[in-house]
Amino acid sequence: MNKIKSLDDLRKMKQSLEHGMNIREKSNSPESLVQIRVAMATCGIAAGARTVMNALIEKIEKEKIPAVVTQGGCMGYCYAEPTIEVKIPGKDPVVFGNVDSKVAVDIIEKYVLNGELLDGIIPTNYQTINE
Amino acid sequence: MVSFQQTIRQLMSKREVMAQFKMHLLVCAGTGCRASQSDEIISNLISEIKNLGLENDAQVVATGCFGFCEKGPIVKIIPDNTFYTQVKPEDCAEIVREHVLKGRKVVRLLYEDPETQKHIEDSKHMGFYQKQLRIALRNCGFIDPENIDEYIARDGYAAIGKMLAEMTPQQAIDEMKKSGLRGRGGGGFPTGIKWEIASKNKADQKYVVCNADEGDPGAFMDRSILEGDPHSIIEAMAICGYCIGASKGLVYIRAEYPLAIKRLQIAIEQARNYGLLGDDIMGTGFSFDVELKYGAGAFVCGEETALIHSMEGHRGEPTVKPPFPAEKGYLGKPTNVNNVETLANVPVIYLKGADWFASIGTEKSKGAKVFALAGKINNVGLIEVPMGITLREIIFEIGGGIKGGKKFKAVQTGGPSGGCLTEKHLDTPIDFDNLLAAGSMMGSGGMIVMDEDDCMVSVAKFYLEFTVEESCGKCAPCRVGNKRLHEMLEKICGGKGTEEDLDYLQNLCKVIKDTSLCGLGQTSPNPVLSTLEHFYDEYVAHVKERVCIAGRCKALKLYTIITDKCTGCTACTRACPVGAITGEKRQPHVIDVDKCIRCGACYDKCKFTAIHVQ
Repeated sequence: MNKIKSLDDLRKMKQSLEHGMNIREKSNSPESLVQIRVAMATCGIAAGARTVMNALIEKIEKEKIPAVVTQGGCMGYCYAEPTIEVKIPGKDPVVFGNVDSKVAVDIIEKYVLNGELLDGIIPTNYQTINE
Repeated sequence: MVSFQQTIRQLMSKREVMAQFKMHLLVCAGTGCRASQSDEIISNLISEIKNLGLENDAQVVATGCFGFCEKGPIVKIIPDNTFYTQVKPEDCAEIVREHVLKGRKVVRLLYEDPETQKHIEDSKHMGFYQKQLRIALRNCGFIDPENIDEYIARDGYAAIGKMLAEMTPQQAIDEMKKSGLRGRGGGGFPTGIKWEIASKNKADQKYVVCNADEGDPGAFMDRSILEGDPHSIIEAMAICGYCIGASKGLVYIRAEYPLAIKRLQIAIEQARNYGLLGDDIMGTGFSFDVELKYGAGAFVCGEETALIHSMEGHRGEPTVKPPFPAEKGYLGKPTNVNNVETLANVPVIYLKGADWFASIGTEKSKGAKVFALAGKINNVGLIEVPMGITLREIIFEIGGGIKGGKKFKAVQTGGPSGGCLTEKHLDTPIDFDNLLAAGSMMGSGGMIVMDEDDCMVSVAKFYLEFTVEESCGKCAPCRVGNKRLHEMLEKICGGKGTEEDLDYLQNLCKVIKDTSLCGLGQTSPNPVLSTLEHFYDEYVAHVKERVCIAGRCKALKLYTIITDKCTGCTACTRACPVGAITGEKRQPHVIDVDKCIRCGACYDKCKFTAIHVQ
């Protein structure tokens, strides 16, 4: 194993390592982050939710967006799978339907970063127990 | 030889793999949860994840203690903070299939709020965690304690690195003094001042000692920190070494903490391999190394001088201070002894600054304190709360109240050296000085909660039993005095005490306190004194009316038969081992009080609740 020979070495090492811990650090304060929940029930997965989730995570990492992507169960919008719910701090959650990896990237670029609304928004009609 | 850049590259390529994990499954691998098969849970989770081909999506991490030991083993899912409690190895398949694969929470394993009976979705909404402030426990239940990389990723070793590069020892000591950190092992002595004294004593060799001889009944914070975040202790010892001018660190740990020892050994090895322990750390010329010393688990060895003698291979007996260890300690050299929890606070203080630390807590007690909640409380476990929090918040909000909806009676803090706090103290802000003023002490932070069914005389007796057992026997007041105290309490609980005994008890307590050699003897009468002060009525009831209000003292129980309820079924007659119950069939029976040995067999057998206990 290689020695850490200076404070710089340690800092570099930390930088390269903190990446793997990011998801845990973020989970410490989810309320201050953009929370994106991908519906990952059987129908969602069949419709490509896993690819969407990967695309979201990749985009977030690339742009260094303070966001956390979680999996959720079936949201009930089976006609519009894959669906994702995006909650920006201080705003009501918005649900997008018929998301593919391209739309996912659009959602991040337009809605999350610029606050523009896109096609494919599903009016929400549910409450979660956290509210 | 591979260059550092190459390692970084290797790590970067590993990082690509790491980056793909969308989910971390944190499983408690502390002693408590391991005893309930958390090892098996970890291997089941890993194999189920493999079965479903999700090994690139989800990572299983064995962490230290989450503190919520009552409901262990714990599995926490990141990033949604789902908190699964009392998980069994056979639940793992369901967790992976439902939660990891399909995003559906396994509701039956979620924590259920005892009051509302609702399942709580994530740890952020659990009363147990909402009031906590985790400083010393910041990494427990968050990182893999056997992986130095995870510690470094959380700014590990950055405090010592920064200090070596930018601060003189005196500056570092001043910063520590400014933070207001006080020793968490019991005494509450300011850490910065302790370091300064040790730094001023000149010698060719000095030592930093970590006191991991945790001996209070019901306290397990030091063990949990060592098991959950061993690197923070190693880093803090190196920091202390730099401040006082020591190149050697020793951890005095009891051999009955095998998991903590193992994790420390791994951590020391990893730190040495990275060059974070050893000669010329980070190219600064500062050298420091850590060695483990094992103790046999004697309570008195938590006392500095006894601890040092035990490390030297002598009997673990205290000696008179001065000379203090800072002057003449291990092998006659200046030695600084700090407790585990104290050290766990050290690296963060340098990372976030003394002002940050000093902004938390009360005027004279800064920061947060770890408490081990035990006894008749709903949420048994390990918590860390800012100083100045009230007992009410700890017991009723974090602790979830008293078990079985019973009435709160008292809480014993400070272990065998501390005392009881009662209902009138519920709203007192907790810090070092307030606890002392209330006749108890902070001690290492054990909190044993008692309800209306606990007899306070028996509680005092229990602690005396412990001190009698643990007294090293060197000085007479402690060796003989505590023995007499214990006999006296036995006599009172046995229904043979007199009112004069109570005065005698009080006097003897004072003598032991004033004349004992070390902290053990000086504090051992505290449980008696404080119960005498707060529950004098109970003592009087024991000696005068010969009644134990809580019904704990067997000898003081009086069994009688309620004539109206007795059907004369003779069940009790047959159950009584000494033939104390007589009576005709279908006629009310009677108990001969002189013959009765108060075993309670009749009470258990009677189907008509005709046996009355007083």
